[in-house]
Amino acid sequence: MTPALSVRGLTKSFDALKVSDGISFDVAWGELHAIIGPNGAGKTTLIHQLSGSLAPDAGRILLGGHDITRLSMAARARRGLARSFQITSILAGLTALENVALAVQARSGSSFRFLRQVARESALNDQAAEALAAAGLAGAEDRSAGTLSHGEKRQLEIAIALAMQPKVLLLDEPLAGTGHRESAALLDLIAGLKGRLSIVLIEHDMEAVFALADRISVLVYGRLIATGTPDAIRADAQVRAAYLGDEEGA
Amino acid sequence: MRLSDRAMLVTFAVLLPMPALFSAMGEPFLTVVLTRALIFAIAALSLDLILGFGAMVSFGHAAYLGIGAYAAGILAANGVTGLEVQLPVALAAAGAFALVTGAISLRTRGVHFIMITLAFGQMAYFLMSSLSAYGGDDGMALAGRSTLFGADPFGSSLRFFYVTLALLAGIWALLRAVTRSRFGRVLTGTRENETRMQAIGFSPFGYRLTAYAISGMIASVAGVLLANHAAFVSPSYMGWARSGEMIAMVVLGGMGTLTGPVLGAIAFILSEEALARLTTHWRLPFGAAVVLAVLFTRGGLLGALRGRR
Repeated sequence: MTPALSVRGLTKSFDALKVSDGISFDVAWGELHAIIGPNGAGKTTLIHQLSGSLAPDAGRILLGGHDITRLSMAARARRGLARSFQITSILAGLTALENVALAVQARSGSSFRFLRQVARESALNDQAAEALAAAGLAGAEDRSAGTLSHGEKRQLEIAIALAMQPKVLLLDEPLAGTGHRESAALLDLIAGLKGRLSIVLIEHDMEAVFALADRISVLVYGRLIATGTPDAIRADAQVRAAYLGDEEGA
Repeated sequence: MRLSDRAMLVTFAVLLPMPALFSAMGEPFLTVVLTRALIFAIAALSLDLILGFGAMVSFGHAAYLGIGAYAAGILAANGVTGLEVQLPVALAAAGAFALVTGAISLRTRGVHFIMITLAFGQMAYFLMSSLSAYGGDDGMALAGRSTLFGADPFGSSLRFFYVTLALLAGIWALLRAVTRSRFGRVLTGTRENETRMQAIGFSPFGYRLTAYAISGMIASVAGVLLANHAAFVSPSYMGWARSGEMIAMVVLGGMGTLTGPVLGAIAFILSEEALARLTTHWRLPFGAAVVLAVLFTRGGLLGALRGRR
């Protein structure tokens, strides 16, 4: 079976600096694949190329076997690639429900409809409310997205992604900036998604990564130096030397 | 009902008996002034669709006012006075101009968008200035009032007022529906966060361009009315100063509310008129008043109403 996401020889340079150096990996259907690496390893550049906000110099990205390397971010999203952002990205002036209903709207029929009131389209609202509830935000439907707490905004991003019914979900440091209680709730949420979606997770919290991931890829200076199960990665001498060795208890 | 809608219904209710009140006061000319304010209210409403709901600050919106005015003026000069021809021509010309210039302008953002819309507006201005067959720089008197299937909708200042008020109400209702539709929600979304909209699968360009064209077409309706109101057509309708005034009306009233631009345009035209009667140097206090109003009423006049609740 073709993998959900397939990355082949992805290369990107900023002037002389190779930020992505021939990166290749596969994400199987239903797999949670984490990508870790020290600061400056090129994780953010990688996720920008996967989501389509940055074009690679060389290499290919396949979503469910289809080449999406040259597609815009919006076109990738319509084909089933959802992402959350490292820095929270929501529609602050709209309600939580409207944020999610727009994601439903994007995949259900034309949006060049001018007269019928969208707030009365129960098909959109019902699916949006369902996604909000799945992300632990039941009851927050009518709150303005800008007034949600940081952790709730993180949950809202996941609700938006769920409402897209994606094939692959890119989570870019979903725990960044969250407090202890908030991150525990988010971890539960991500753990609950495991197996239902194919997920690429970029995250600094090693404890979380090793607890959640089916497989882990280690990125150092733009190269993937290892890919394997959490146990294999923990035991990998090269990884320990390059990255984990200096982190106590990792 | 939302505050914005209630304020609009109250505004319509207040406007309705105004001509009778003015003639009772012995000041029937005020009906003519108020009609002019309502024409600009239509123009400001159209601008608010892109400015308030789409975050596209067009500094060339007066061009569409001019396109509507010249559609009426040029057709009338050639013996075609029927609105049944003039309005479709104005809408088509404005729509075409908006699609072509919008397709170019909307590749840019922020200050660049302001500058490029300004440039297109000035191009339209100079084009009409050089059109010597139709008055060139000096403009031209409207050869004949517009008619509608033989009827004379602008025949008296009273009739003109109510025709304009009805058009304003219709356009307000239309834009209210559009801004609450699927399309309107996408447009608002691109205002809030373009990257987020792309990440859920929307390419903003087509939605922005469509809004830009709708906006320009509605402004051209105000242009047709303005030509009849002044019985004159001139390139000065299209100048950048006029575009700036239209932005001021929208911001003064409250962007992104639909009711705001209507209130803003009425306040703008009426205080302009009042100050001009008091002093020939009215522009100075008027400028100061606009600055103060924007500074101290966050969200414009409608925002001031909202704040007091």
